[in-house]
Amino acid sequence: MPTITFAQSTGAAAEITVDEGTSLMRAAVTNGVEGIVGECGGQAMCATCHVYVRPEFADQLPEISDDEDEMLDCTTAERTEASRLGCQITMSGSLANIVVDVPSDQV
Amino acid sequence: MATKETEHTVIIGAGQAGIQVADSLRAGGYTGAVTILNDEAPFPYQRPPLSKDYLAADSPGTVLPLRGPDFFAAKEITLLEAAAVAVNTAARSVTLADGTTLAYTHLVFATGAANRPLPCPGATLPGVHALRTLEDAENLQRALSAARRIVVIGAGFIGLEFAAAARARGLEVTVLEFAARPMGRALSATASDWFAARHRADGIDLRLHEGVAAIHPDGAGLQVESTTGDRYPADLVLYGVGVLPRTELAEAAGLATDNGILVDSALRTGVDGVLAVGDCASFPNAHTGSRTRLESVQNATDHGRHAARSIMGHATDYAETPWFWSTQGSLRLQIAGIYEPTDQAVVLGDPAGGKFSIALLRNGVLAAVESVNSPADHIAARKLVGRGIAVDPSTLADPAFSLKALAKAGVPIPA
Repeated sequence: MPTITFAQSTGAAAEITVDEGTSLMRAAVTNGVEGIVGECGGQAMCATCHVYVRPEFADQLPEISDDEDEMLDCTTAERTEASRLGCQITMSGSLANIVVDVPSDQV
Repeated sequence: MATKETEHTVIIGAGQAGIQVADSLRAGGYTGAVTILNDEAPFPYQRPPLSKDYLAADSPGTVLPLRGPDFFAAKEITLLEAAAVAVNTAARSVTLADGTTLAYTHLVFATGAANRPLPCPGATLPGVHALRTLEDAENLQRALSAARRIVVIGAGFIGLEFAAAARARGLEVTVLEFAARPMGRALSATASDWFAARHRADGIDLRLHEGVAAIHPDGAGLQVESTTGDRYPADLVLYGVGVLPRTELAEAAGLATDNGILVDSALRTGVDGVLAVGDCASFPNAHTGSRTRLESVQNATDHGRHAARSIMGHATDYAETPWFWSTQGSLRLQIAGIYEPTDQAVVLGDPAGGKFSIALLRNGVLAAVESVNSPADHIAARKLVGRGIAVDPSTLADPAFSLKALAKAGVPIPA
């Protein structure tokens, strides 16, 4: 099964094993990963599941939809090229062992 | 910090608002004891997906918790599966269903709302559903997989979210709404008419000016009789006809209520040490200049944060911008501010293309914005509404105008 590693700015990290088809946001919220809020329940409506995806996984990610793109402009922590919404990334075999950094602020 | 370790804050209700109060107390350095009373098993969870993703054919099948499994222990928050049955504000105590009494320094009502019952004969027949809890959603998910014909009573947010989810599963869906337009209390006529047309184009039989008169058993199924005398066969009926704040406990404790527990701008009731937040609280709304009670995640979480500050001795006037969202099939609606029937509506963008916003002007000032499939407009609107910004309708209607640019420009706040 794929794993997701959520790295915190403090240096702490949590590796979570998930079923394929689970979103990064759902994995984080269900397992209580600090710093991922997911306030809208995964509708790309609140931009509180912002993550920075490590560059080595970038070309395996799904395209950024227009909605996600617009919401990423509104994140609390600065948007970078690595920014994605965790609710819009669904785990699949090609993303096995993805590593993301959790921003310092979501709200 | 003014808090003392001898303090005890008791929060009645483990929804978005109640959990946020506890979270914000700890985030703010509160060192007193914190207890949350959860009267709805099994654990605090997110309701919004229940009427959307959860009901899809490819449903995740699980509900999202409001916080992870270790949160409560890590933050030293006691989460009790218990219902409060009485509050004694003179003795500052709460009695639980099992007879236990908890003493409190601060008490927060976060009791939420309950579905308004359907006031017609047949409302409690098997096959007639409401949707609020995880249990409701589980029942509906099961019933949907065996249903072919659905009747939805009430074209509000819940009714239309459910209708769109059922339609996406290929079911025949009829929606009965007694009012002239869908989501009429919350949306401008322009937006409401657009949604009506889109839902009809997607194959939903939306019937306006037509309420429910009775529901009859009909063989193995049901028959819904409308106020026009028409009858609609159904395997499953879902009603969403509004909610009522859960104020019984507060009323029995002698707190003032009027469509919600009455609180001041710091979310305090008139009784020392007692606050109310979220769906159950009627508060002075800086955006409307009147007392309102709102049902939304934003209102619940912002109230939660604000009440925590009040408890910690930093009482200020609550003035957060209200915002709302609804997902109805492929249609994404986001609202910033609160619509009033006398607002002037100006369309921004292209409704025919399915991506647009409606600016609502009140006395020439930007008071609210409804956005359809336009998150950037919505986020900009959250920064702009409620700041007294005067805008000219002709400027807004110019295709070159953008709310995002206006928000980025840093509009001066009028004196």
